[in-house]
Amino acid sequence: MFRFRDYSIPKKLTWMNLVVSGAALGLACASFIAYDLVSIRDTVVRNLSIQAQIVGSNSISAILFNDPQSAEKTLSALHSAPNILGAGIYKSDGQLFAAYRRDAENRNLPLVLQTRSGQTKVRWFGDRRVEVASPVLFQGKTTGTVYIRSDFRQLTDRLKRYVIIVAVVFLTSLLVAVLMSSLIGRAISGPILQLAETARIVSREKTYSVRAPATRNRDELASLIGTFNEMLEQIQERDTEVREVHDNLERRVAERTAQLDTANKELEAFSYSVVHDLRAPLRHINGFSKILEEDYGPTLDATARHYLRSVCDAAKNMGQLVDDLLKMGQVGRQQMVRRPTNLNLVLEAAVRDLLPECAGRQIDWRLTELPSAECDPGLMKLVFTNLLSNAVKYTRRREKTVIEVGHVKLDSESAVFIRDNGAGFDQKYADKLFGVFQRLHRAEEFEGTGVGLATVQRIVQKHGGRIWAEAELGKGATFFFTLAAETYAPASTTKFAAAGKL
Amino acid sequence: MTHNEIEILYVEDNASDVELTLVALRRNRVANRIEIVRDGAEALDFLFCRGTHAEQEFSAPKLILLDLKLPKVDGLEVLRAIREDERTKLIPVVILTSSNEQRDLVESYKSHVNSYIQKPVDFNQFQQVVQQLGLYWLIVNKTPLPETC
Repeated sequence: MFRFRDYSIPKKLTWMNLVVSGAALGLACASFIAYDLVSIRDTVVRNLSIQAQIVGSNSISAILFNDPQSAEKTLSALHSAPNILGAGIYKSDGQLFAAYRRDAENRNLPLVLQTRSGQTKVRWFGDRRVEVASPVLFQGKTTGTVYIRSDFRQLTDRLKRYVIIVAVVFLTSLLVAVLMSSLIGRAISGPILQLAETARIVSREKTYSVRAPATRNRDELASLIGTFNEMLEQIQERDTEVREVHDNLERRVAERTAQLDTANKELEAFSYSVVHDLRAPLRHINGFSKILEEDYGPTLDATARHYLRSVCDAAKNMGQLVDDLLKMGQVGRQQMVRRPTNLNLVLEAAVRDLLPECAGRQIDWRLTELPSAECDPGLMKLVFTNLLSNAVKYTRRREKTVIEVGHVKLDSESAVFIRDNGAGFDQKYADKLFGVFQRLHRAEEFEGTGVGLATVQRIVQKHGGRIWAEAELGKGATFFFTLAAETYAPASTTKFAAAGKL
Repeated sequence: MTHNEIEILYVEDNASDVELTLVALRRNRVANRIEIVRDGAEALDFLFCRGTHAEQEFSAPKLILLDLKLPKVDGLEVLRAIREDERTKLIPVVILTSSNEQRDLVESYKSHVNSYIQKPVDFNQFQQVVQQLGLYWLIVNKTPLPETC
């Protein structure tokens, strides 16, 4: 069902005009008809009185000379008035003297009638008929009474005509009012509708170049449209500015990306040639030294043999360094493929890889269940392998090694930790731990290239996490790392292999 | 040493590598009949009896050891040429290189290499690799007879 407030503005305006003009017209017509009704009634009564008086004065002689025929003749003149149903002349004593009856229905004229006060009397019988009784005066004396009975035919006929006229006028006026109001309404609602349409286009298509058409008027609507267009103008300017800034930015990003791509390619080519061109001479140094040692060792003295061994070891170390650096480079370039990963399986695989290194060692592996995470399993294994191999390496001097892996809930994140009871380090150097080539131990103590932890940090950071370490010199170290909070899945339900099995 | 007695064709541009490899081979008594070519173009000339080898008659070696980084025609191109020719497509090819790049590995295997070996820096390990290589490809492994090629 439609309610008025849901109508469109033109419809509202039309209805408003219709109701207002209808009400005004209706009231006007009603009062007009009411006034006319009253005045017609007065006219009817007046006419009847006059007719009665005329009949009376014409009948004086007939009454005086007791000539009812002549009186009836006078009365019959009333036949020309269609509304007169009947009439009678009564003598002064009230007796019916002469009568006129239009038709058989109107026989029942009053038999006796007197006007005592000498005044005309009017009696209404509902809305159907009216009676007038008028005294006949001769020389100031009442000599008889004229009685006329009339219906309202005249009145109703006029009323009917009036109603038809009023209806026609009312409808025509209403039609004219509707037409006018729709014309005027269009002048008012047209600009509003255009404004609304413009606003719709702006909001839907995000085009700020459209303008609401201006009107020739100088009303509030025109000023609204003007303000609206001004606002659009400002938005358009700002939009253009934003777009320019955005385009500029895009262009600069594209340029930088291209530069970065080039730099990356150069770096890749560089590291590629490092593999080939740096490793080859190292291989040669090592190879020839070995041959020299093996084939000519017996002819050399101890010092010479020591030097030769040093050359071999140096070449081998450098080979390891090159390999580690390359691995780190590959980690940096490698595309990360994240998928839901059971960290327990990754940890198990890493431990299994390290077992050959642990041969002959007494290591107590304490592995507790880890959560699942959204991560690159290959890279994550590299993290575990590096951290665990460090733990194995730095606990070498311990008679009984304990390596513990688990995870802890911190304030807002969850961290995996790897704890050992090895050599540890001084906490004040903790920030140097993850730098490339940074080492906290001399090579004679613990071999290494200083690349492993840098690689681990790079992987963790790629996953949106962070890594840190807590340690005490001589008492062991604990490495913590987090992955971005959203990478953790709900705790894994897979049953983790008991630590004892490893 | 005539052309058809060649057991191994060794394609390597670096003289030191050649020398070390020869020592390793000799120490392991793997192969005496080995032909060394110093770039990709020469390798193809040798195989297809072109250029300086035009006088020779075609004979397939039992094994080709191929470096990737070679002057003129690189190792991968040589490998592809070998695989495209009916006469040489079944010869086992082993890539012997310094590179450990995934891209090189993928490309080599895509071109149907038989084996891919990264030369270890440590000479002892290198000797072991060479020994296994010779033992496996020249003795353990069976290849189709040249006529069936």
